Amino acid sequence: MAITLKEVEHVALLARLYLSEEEKQAYTQQLNSILEYMQKLNELDTAAVEPTAHVLPLKNVLRDDEVRPGLPREKALAGAPEAQDGQFKVPRVV
Amino acid sequence: MEYEAVIGLEVHAELKTGSKAFCNCTTAFGGEPNTHVCPICLGLPGVLPKINRKVVEFGLKAALALNCQVASFCKFDRKNYYYPDLPKNYQISQYDLPLARHGFLEIEVNGEKKKIGIARVHMEEDAGKLIHVDGSGGGYTLVDYNRAGVPLLEIVSEPDLRSPAEARAYMEQLKAVLEYTEVSDCKMQEGSLRCDANVSVRPLGSREFGTKTEVKNMNSFRALQRALEYEIERQIAILESGGRVVQETRGWDESRGVTVSMRSKEEAHDYRYFPEPDLVPLVIDQEWIEKVRRELPELPNSRRERLIRDYGLPPYDAGVITSSKALADYFDRAVALFPDAKQVSNWLMGDFLRLLNASGLEPDASPVKPEGLAELLKLQQEGTISIKIAKQVFEEMFATGKGARQIVEEKGLVQISDAGELAAIVEKVLAEHPQVVADYRGGKDKALGFLVGQVMKATRGKANPALVNQLLKERL
Repeated sequence: MAITLKEVEHVALLARLYLSEEEKQAYTQQLNSILEYMQKLNELDTAAVEPTAHVLPLKNVLRDDEVRPGLPREKALAGAPEAQDGQFKVPRVV
Repeated sequence: MEYEAVIGLEVHAELKTGSKAFCNCTTAFGGEPNTHVCPICLGLPGVLPKINRKVVEFGLKAALALNCQVASFCKFDRKNYYYPDLPKNYQISQYDLPLARHGFLEIEVNGEKKKIGIARVHMEEDAGKLIHVDGSGGGYTLVDYNRAGVPLLEIVSEPDLRSPAEARAYMEQLKAVLEYTEVSDCKMQEGSLRCDANVSVRPLGSREFGTKTEVKNMNSFRALQRALEYEIERQIAILESGGRVVQETRGWDESRGVTVSMRSKEEAHDYRYFPEPDLVPLVIDQEWIEKVRRELPELPNSRRERLIRDYGLPPYDAGVITSSKALADYFDRAVALFPDAKQVSNWLMGDFLRLLNASGLEPDASPVKPEGLAELLKLQQEGTISIKIAKQVFEEMFATGKGARQIVEEKGLVQISDAGELAAIVEKVLAEHPQVVADYRGGKDKALGFLVGQVMKATRGKANPALVNQLLKERL
């Protein structure tokens, strides 16, 4: 069950978190203790319980297919660290 | 050794709703970059998506038309990945509880019918468009989110396809179904219908699957077929030389006609799906399903059968005509006005499709409407113009949008069916070609064709061919 240092590094990479060696050690320990605590839930017999898809007792919340104006482009780009030609400019990804 | 290909297709079709899947931005194609965006599809903090009812309805329609079992309970999930084509770092998709499963589509290749299984149909959102720019320091990427959040239907086939021709037939049939149900525009050039293929090969007779590759970037039926042909050859060559196929994603390079290994996204396949907490589940009851089922239009296969049964069209003709809903609608309207179905189908499959394809138009955008085609065919049938002239007039109609009768009158193309007028021309032709006349009389039947041709030439195609034949024979 234990989480390894390697898994912490993997998850950190997926989440684009850059962790120091100390942080990696600390999170490995913390994640393990959280999982250990969650182990308690496994003591319950849930064979007859449907998995919970959502915590709210709601279903089929739908809206009509209506077009409404969105944001003006200047506003859409206002929060972007960099923009060019009306587009978001990001570091090259491939 | 003989090999067999195993192919499964994953198709993405943009649904033609007015607004996006989870917000009210327009789904219109094109538009200046980042002008069809709002806080929801830009993934700004604190916003909540809300499901477009039409996305579910279109999904249901397609699922039923593909003979699927619709889930009574389904939900959306987050597919997590870091890539700037979606601003949220996840795509709203469906994972373990998709909208529908276990369907099939019937295809026909070389006269043989085959059922291709459909594993699942699910709803998700499309991603934005990236433009990669070279430059110092590694260059940069520009992002346009107009397409982000446009609803998609993902349709995954079982690995039931055994050849590139079957894959193409499946794709064409699927496109027809999505067009008939009017849930997608299916414009492959605009990317509203896209297709990835999983391909492997194995020794013929083997039950196990070989190692597969995923082929992407096939933007036309032709590209799909060519890419699969190439990829199958490539894999067989590797196996024949004792090598092993590497599981990877390969992109089809249309200009070079090869598939190329794509550098895979770093740890891309660890998507850590989890239920989308911002959307509540969908419960689809039998009543809803039956309502959608009742509204289903006639589907390509049954329409094809109908054309064969009601009009006596050859199966091939019926297949071509019904491959596109617009073309089948065109056919129905033309036949209502000119009841010789085979004639109409010949024209549609010949000059009509040739000119349409050359000008990149869809049948419903043709400058020649069904009424116009019917008028032209009537002129030909009643003998006012010859078949040759009819073809010429059709080109003119297509180019100018003018009516058949108008063109025939303006250009003086009315067929010469007056025996007296033709007789003079026939005499002249006979006098000019004594050697041919002698040949014919000497038993060379083919010589008659030449003489007919000369009369047609002299009348610029306007002579009634049957009458010319008759007149020539009388004089020979």
